[in-house]
Amino acid sequence: MTLGVIVEFIINTLSLGSLYALISLGLVFVFGIMQLVNFAYGEYIMVSAYVLYGLGVFTDLPWPLVFLAAVLTGAIIGFVSEVVAFRPFRGRSLDALLVTSFALSVILQDTVQLSISPRSKAPPFPDFFNQNVTLFGIVTPLRSYLMIGTTVLLLVGLSLLMRGTVLGIAMRGASENFTTARLMGVPANLVISTAFVISGLLAGIVAIFWTARSGAVEPLMGSAPLLVGFIAVVIGGMHSLVGAVVGGFAYAAVANVLSLTLPTSLLSFRDAFMFVIVIMFLVLRPEGLIRGSYAEERVG
Amino acid sequence: MSEPVLDVRDIHVAYGAVKALDGVSLHVLEGELVSLCGVNGAGKSTVLKAIAGVLKPVSGQILLAGQQIAGKVPEQVHRLGVSLVPEGREIFPSLTVAENLRIAAFGTYKAARFAADLEDVFGLFPILKERYRQPGGLLSGGEQQMLAIARGLMSHPTLLMLDEPSLGLSPNMVDSIFELIENLKGRGMTILLVEQNAERALQLADRAYLLSTGRLAFGGRPEEMGDLVDIASVYLGTHGEGSKP
Repeated sequence: MTLGVIVEFIINTLSLGSLYALISLGLVFVFGIMQLVNFAYGEYIMVSAYVLYGLGVFTDLPWPLVFLAAVLTGAIIGFVSEVVAFRPFRGRSLDALLVTSFALSVILQDTVQLSISPRSKAPPFPDFFNQNVTLFGIVTPLRSYLMIGTTVLLLVGLSLLMRGTVLGIAMRGASENFTTARLMGVPANLVISTAFVISGLLAGIVAIFWTARSGAVEPLMGSAPLLVGFIAVVIGGMHSLVGAVVGGFAYAAVANVLSLTLPTSLLSFRDAFMFVIVIMFLVLRPEGLIRGSYAEERVG
Repeated sequence: MSEPVLDVRDIHVAYGAVKALDGVSLHVLEGELVSLCGVNGAGKSTVLKAIAGVLKPVSGQILLAGQQIAGKVPEQVHRLGVSLVPEGREIFPSLTVAENLRIAAFGTYKAARFAADLEDVFGLFPILKERYRQPGGLLSGGEQQMLAIARGLMSHPTLLMLDEPSLGLSPNMVDSIFELIENLKGRGMTILLVEQNAERALQLADRAYLLSTGRLAFGGRPEEMGDLVDIASVYLGTHGEGSKP
């Protein structure tokens, strides 16, 4: 193995891991507070990607505004879906919330399918996004570095929010013990809405970079990142934000190792190997790499 | 004394089909320490949870300084001046002592007051100052109980409710917890105390109530409790119908 291969592996793992880390963070933010696996999360990404496509194709808006609109769309849809879809069922069973998230997922998919098109579309991206740059002798599209940089900024920002602000402290407290946080005066609605807004923001950012990689938007595109999020979360741990980030990077590292080491004849079975690893995690270390602290309790 | 700080009137609470409280009425006057006694499962914690808004009564009224609070959510009740120090302490384990105390002032935070409140709490519990930057989960049981009570005080409650504060603590620590409760009472704090250790609780209490399987078996002065009710029979479960042994 040459040095070049190692450097390339590191860059690929960091950029892919950044994307995966953001995906799983978005899932865990909501799960941490509500113990709810939000199956509509993939559709937040999908809708944001369509905004990217729509504004990119049909308007002359400058790129920063298009990206901003896509990200804000994610935040808004996160917020609205919590208020409209999840809040009325919050006092009910967790099953009711799960079914609600499935329903929301299907409704969003069908709405886009019927109102736009079931076929995939190619959103435009600014040229610099896919421009190749050479760093350490490795040729990589610039978006890989943008992905890494964005993720670093986001992780710093989120950790400042969670450690340095009262709202963040309250959210961490609520994810450990929701009822006790309420007994201290932390409003349930505020904490849950914030979790959904952050989850949606992350979905909007993921939409940009996911679509830039795949080059297409389509109504069912949300299931792929959702699956990525699940796997990353199984590896990293469902009960801590750090676990989500670690899981995202670990997933990317394992996926890249498999790509490099599997013989060509087995390469198409890469995902099967990945799932074997996931199953081993579920059997041997179901709490994930990072255990986190939490109470087996849910919002009631 | 005019209006009671807390006036609970005939509340009924059920967990699904299981009745937990079957018409409980009690009140706490300003500056009083009222002790709520009874065996495990009698419904003591249920009373506190209903007052704090964690459980919704099926019927009945809960008045806080004359204002109806039955049916309000916990964060609203807390803002109106009720602090519940929950059973089992319920410290946020990964949050530092500092963060635990900061959350406790979430709904009632005033920047001008916060530093003084912290100093006040450190005066009562010097150990919390030493442990200020440590995660709550690393504290000993007694230190966690101190932190839990400190959290309860951060919002300047008009009513402090303590649920089993001495549970699971070493005898020494039990002594200091009761000393502290006496100290708080001396400051004029209005306290509703639920305690397994009925003897100790009754020594401190101005008045006492005895719960037995979701109903009041007694309410009055602590020293009368022994005269009127055979406490042993209540605690051993031969009092009332359907009591647990």
